[in-house]
Amino acid sequence: MDTGYSATHRPETFRDETFRGEFSYANSPENIRHFPFPFHEDAYRYSVNIEPHVPGRPGSAFEHLIDVDEHYLAEMADRAQVLAEDPLRYQALPHMMLAQWDTLELLMEEQARAYPHLFTLERNGDQWRWINRPLGIDDTFTFGDPSTLPREPLDYICRQTQGDIALMDQRDGNLWLDAGMITAQADWSLDFDVGMNFHEWHAPVPLAPQMGVFDRALKYLLNLQLGKPVRRLNWTMTINPRLDTSPENYPKWGPDRTTVTPENVGQKVHLRVELQSLWRLPRSNGMLFVIRSYMMRMDEVVTVPKWGRRLPRVLETLPEELASYKGLSRYRQTTIDWLKRHDDGAPTSPGIFPD
Amino acid sequence: MSDDLQMRVTALVDEAAGIRRVRLEPVAGGPLPAFSGGAHVVVAMRDGDVTRRNPYSLCCDPEDRTGYEIAVARAAASRGGSAFIHERLAVGDVLVVGAPTNLFQPDWRAKKHILVAGGIGITPFVAMMAQFARAGLAFELHYAVRSRAAAAFAGVLQDRYGPRVKIYAADEGARLPLAVLVQNQPLGTHLYTCGPERLMEAVLDTARQAGWPEQALHAEHFMAPPPGDPFSVTLANSGREVAVGPDQSLLEALEAAGINPRYLCRGGVCGECATRVVEFRGTILHGDHFLTPEERAESRTIMICMSRFVGDRLVLDL
Ligand code: FES
Repeated sequence: MDTGYSATHRPETFRDETFRGEFSYANSPENIRHFPFPFHEDAYRYSVNIEPHVPGRPGSAFEHLIDVDEHYLAEMADRAQVLAEDPLRYQALPHMMLAQWDTLELLMEEQARAYPHLFTLERNGDQWRWINRPLGIDDTFTFGDPSTLPREPLDYICRQTQGDIALMDQRDGNLWLDAGMITAQADWSLDFDVGMNFHEWHAPVPLAPQMGVFDRALKYLLNLQLGKPVRRLNWTMTINPRLDTSPENYPKWGPDRTTVTPENVGQKVHLRVELQSLWRLPRSNGMLFVIRSYMMRMDEVVTVPKWGRRLPRVLETLPEELASYKGLSRYRQTTIDWLKRHDDGAPTSPGIFPD
Repeated sequence: MSDDLQMRVTALVDEAAGIRRVRLEPVAGGPLPAFSGGAHVVVAMRDGDVTRRNPYSLCCDPEDRTGYEIAVARAAASRGGSAFIHERLAVGDVLVVGAPTNLFQPDWRAKKHILVAGGIGITPFVAMMAQFARAGLAFELHYAVRSRAAAAFAGVLQDRYGPRVKIYAADEGARLPLAVLVQNQPLGTHLYTCGPERLMEAVLDTARQAGWPEQALHAEHFMAPPPGDPFSVTLANSGREVAVGPDQSLLEALEAAGINPRYLCRGGVCGECATRVVEFRGTILHGDHFLTPEERAESRTIMICMSRFVGDRLVLDL
């Protein structure tokens, strides 16, 4: 694949940054090109856009199935802080124990395979050793025996994996959100949704239920096969690089939306993309849903000329009800005006990757 | 499917009269994925110039990552798969095996699991019991067989699980005590059955009459595509016509013609092979367990793994 970009993504150093307070979060030039920009073309068009989750372009967020980047340590620190303040961000109903172990295995395997300099998994029958060098962890435990880990298996591995995790149980022809660790969500709540089925937790999305979208999506997911994960991109915008935009914390982040001015757009407005992947779990036949969030401020977006041209064109064509569902209405025009200064009107190439 | 596994036959064992167990290990080596009790794999067998693809439940310990095992009963009227496995398959042969898929998974919330097997319907329960035992869950197996000689896995299961395994041999006059089984079970017990349709219906009916909720009842419909009169199907996208033989399913006929429609179960349960009917003059014989009675009556969709057709024109969106 000729990408004009040969370096594979192999984080060696991690940024010392925050997603709150002084908001020191930023992306290095390499990490900007790593970003999963979600728009294939210059206009917004609704699509379900599910595709096989297979290793993709070297250096991109799709290179490995579970992605680790320069924000790893900072995200894990932010997650620990959210959990300390609100332990209900992690929940697992008792029947999900097998699915917890499935998830631990999958996340350890994928991270160790992709980043052997960061993670090592040694297996000797049920005796497993897990080394996480960035976090200074070296633990030996018995796979299947929760008493040999310092926390429940899902709790343990989610604190060492970038991205929110939801676990679904499959029964009665439906999927039930019965476990997860959700600390970086775009305005939804695990504590509220836990125990709900697929239709219940999707209920707030405008128009979609009438379109039968969810019935089709559910049928598709119920037949998801082992070893054939799928992915899709979802996007929104966030003011300030705040990972935790949960409903519980609305008073903290809601008012940010009124602070966007023509002068601070480049710094404050962030494109927020979720790379969502769905995996069938082997032992439990449950389903793993990984929601990995990436954020990039407008100043950074425009360093990639193709993205700087395309983003304002997409935002202009976004239907108003979607803009308001995503909470963008207040600052959409200000952002478009600022971005337009970086759009020289040149055509863009198809596809999401930088030229 | 590209990521199907090449697996070598490493053991062929007659588990009981007319039941042969096949052990398969990956040619490339390396650990296989663990799977869930109740899962099946589709095994593709090259038999002369025909490729047979049949689903079989995995009947080994899901934590045995070195190989998968299936057990196949010699069918009285074999469509070819079981005869091939019993007569021609040899140790060392290589078969192509798809990823495990589970349409019969245990409900992990259950306080207790009651398994009712008839004959070769024992296979999915072998793997389930291994999982239940490892997790310390309460379970019991009730296994109805023609005779002890025909009871595959009976000895090994009794050795492993002792009094939790009960065997009822018809030739000894023992019958499944269904009414007793479904009475006085703790709240939150789940019931699973696999075997001949008549047995499964009896199990489910007895439980329903005793007031069991539908969500606590699980059945694996083990079915081979039904034979019937030959017919032909027209593919809307190419205008091609494909002949479907009397012992062939629509899906098999399409595959033999080089078309690869989607499937998971090949038994009319999963919905994956649903295909839009563009036009038909005649009667679609729906053989699946997936479509609702209304959908069947409309015949706008056909499950090509199980359904047949009688009439003079059938056009599918393929
Ligand atoms: S393949 Fe499952 S219903 Fe046809």
